[in-house]
Amino acid sequence: MTKTEKILRPVKHIFGGAGLEHHKNTASFESVIMPPPDTVYIPLSQHIGAPCEALVKKDDYVYVGTKIGESAGFVSAPIHSSVSGTVVSVGEKMLGGNCVNCVEIKSDGEMKKDPSLEPFSVNCKEDIALAAKLCGLVGLGGAGFPTHVKLTPPKESKIDTLIINGAECEPYITSDNRECIENFNDVIEGIYLLKSKLEIKRVVICIEKNKPRAIDRLYRMACDHRDFDDSVKLMCLPSRYPQGAEKVIIYSATGRKLPLGKLPSDVGCIVMNITSIGTLYRFITTGMPLVSKRITFDGTAVSEPKNIIVPIGTPIEKVIEFAGGVSEDADKIIIGGPMMGNCVASADSVIEKRNNAILVMKREKEQDATQCIRCGRCVMACPMQLYPAMVESAYNKGLTENYEKLNVNYCMECGSCSYVCPAKRPLTQVMRVAKAELRRQKK
Amino acid sequence: MNGMLNVSSSPHIRHFDTTKGIMADVIIALLPAAIYGCILFGFRAVILLCVTVASAVLAEFIWNKILHKRQTIGDLSAIVTGLLLGMNLSPKVPVWVAIIGSVVAIIVVKQMFGGLGHNFVNPAIAARIVLLVSFPSYMTSFSEPVSDAISSATPLVDNTGLTLKSLFFGMHSGCIGETSAFLLILGGIYLMVRRVIFPVIPVCFIGSFALLTLISGGNVGVQVLSGGLMLGAIFMATDYTTSPTMPLGKVIFGIGCGVITFAIRQFGSLPEGVSYSIILMNILVPHINKLTLSKPFGAKEVKANE
Ligand code: SF4
Ligand code: SF4
Repeated sequence: MTKTEKILRPVKHIFGGAGLEHHKNTASFESVIMPPPDTVYIPLSQHIGAPCEALVKKDDYVYVGTKIGESAGFVSAPIHSSVSGTVVSVGEKMLGGNCVNCVEIKSDGEMKKDPSLEPFSVNCKEDIALAAKLCGLVGLGGAGFPTHVKLTPPKESKIDTLIINGAECEPYITSDNRECIENFNDVIEGIYLLKSKLEIKRVVICIEKNKPRAIDRLYRMACDHRDFDDSVKLMCLPSRYPQGAEKVIIYSATGRKLPLGKLPSDVGCIVMNITSIGTLYRFITTGMPLVSKRITFDGTAVSEPKNIIVPIGTPIEKVIEFAGGVSEDADKIIIGGPMMGNCVASADSVIEKRNNAILVMKREKEQDATQCIRCGRCVMACPMQLYPAMVESAYNKGLTENYEKLNVNYCMECGSCSYVCPAKRPLTQVMRVAKAELRRQKK
Repeated sequence: MNGMLNVSSSPHIRHFDTTKGIMADVIIALLPAAIYGCILFGFRAVILLCVTVASAVLAEFIWNKILHKRQTIGDLSAIVTGLLLGMNLSPKVPVWVAIIGSVVAIIVVKQMFGGLGHNFVNPAIAARIVLLVSFPSYMTSFSEPVSDAISSATPLVDNTGLTLKSLFFGMHSGCIGETSAFLLILGGIYLMVRRVIFPVIPVCFIGSFALLTLISGGNVGVQVLSGGLMLGAIFMATDYTTSPTMPLGKVIFGIGCGVITFAIRQFGSLPEGVSYSIILMNILVPHINKLTLSKPFGAKEVKANE
């Protein structure tokens, strides 16, 4: 079979999007493992939904992988210790300018694994979701949606496609790409396990074109003998932001449009991130839950970009120190990608489960904003087919009653509109405000 | 890195294109035809272009100063307006008329409606029409080119002795910047390559006009290459602010311009219809935009009877 037959083209292409410079500087660097810092601060709420209650108290000894937080709520994920050592305190701490409820653990530097961890045996369909829950998996999106919720679709929905999201459309970030290359086996075994246990007919692994090495390996996998029924396919997505957004990837992979406020399961899909699959498979085979993340450390102020495997709860300043520092004129730290990531107010914020990158940026010359010249680029770039310029003009005039008609609630805050605007209007920011305002109006 | 970090809202990167850059591209694209006009018509043309540009910029500067607004001349849009207006004038126009034109374009048409991006008609065209109505005799007398080109009235009035080649390269009389179709198309291609404009509007405009001329048995080559059609279709109908946003809207707009231009040239008493057709379509743009509004991704298709 030829390569092109195995590699699918997207079923449908989205409207809009933005062509970004990729800056995938770290794509071919082996990840380095960061030794545990002296102290980690593990937040008790790293996901959307009910925050966890601490299960440990001061002076308790914990191992790597010991469960230290749990909540009874369904939409929630347990928290595990990422180092071995002693609990120093449980409670509120100022981290990154916010008051965070966290468990502070002093590491003994030995990284002893919790002796009670053992492989998890998957016997039935429901066990996959249970494994995801016990593992503490959350999605990569800003909100940190617990993965097991996604894997527990409502009974009546018929899931026919498992979409593996390896698009990684944000510039700089290469952690999914590295997961795919370094832990190839975990990813593949994980995919086959999920496919068979969840009884899903079709798997589409979606990867952006700019990751030739990962594509090559997955392609060889797709030719694997187990694939006798031809049901695991690789799909190359164009390198155009935002391919990795959930709605976009479902559309590319299946041609189905996810309506507003619906879940992927409503259109018969489950979308899993590549790193999540790898982590889940490792949990099933070793019992080790999600305690560290591969973080891409890059940005304009970074001279030695790299991927680092960081224990969760490590302060960002420690990661920067370990990674070789940043240049003098750095003035912005972004958690996540440059399009959707958030800035932190100070370098003592900690790495959470949903993070996949730290970008340190140099101070940049402010580009002058002019009035909107109505060039329409924001409209052409919006993957949701909205009219950012009209929303901004309504916002400036205070016409908040127009937000509903302008469909601001469809906005996924991808940032494409602001990115392309030659007049440098703060469109995405206005969209966010308008969305919040509309939500308030509807109450 | 010192303690204070910059906290801003995402996205944290921006495309390098700026308003100023786009305006600069338009100026670059217009220059060959403008310079050619100066060579063709001589010193008077140079003076006129300088005067329209300078008075446009000055008008915007003074307006902002008097009203204590943020100075906006740095965005170069006044230069574009001035240059376009100048290129749309006959080389015989007196300097004071040109100044009036620039002031009308900038103050009345652009700034009074809120400045860049808020005018609903193209300032250069509106000013040209104001001048045409107020000073018809100055605006419609054309001088002979100083170089060894064929002299005549504007070819739309009298096209004896003109070859298509001379029309294409612009060795005939007319407004300063409209004579050389070749250089205007070159500028248009530059803008398309730089992705400043899409070819939709010029192609629909010129295409529909040519088709109608062909059907009515007119001389397609002469009609398309003469008058302000190229300048209008490539540089003025594509003005962002006064043209539709969506591709379908652009098609409607372009065809509308072509049809109206044809109607005016064919049935009207005016020799030239490009300016009027563009300004008429400019006025329709908000309605075209409303007509071509798209549904957001994943929205239910609303049925007509709902
Ligand atoms: S991209 Fe910017 S300048 Fe262009 S229409 Fe949108 S808001 Fe206006
Ligand atoms: S941020 Fe919202 S409005 Fe802007 S392009 Fe993305 S989805 Fe569209």
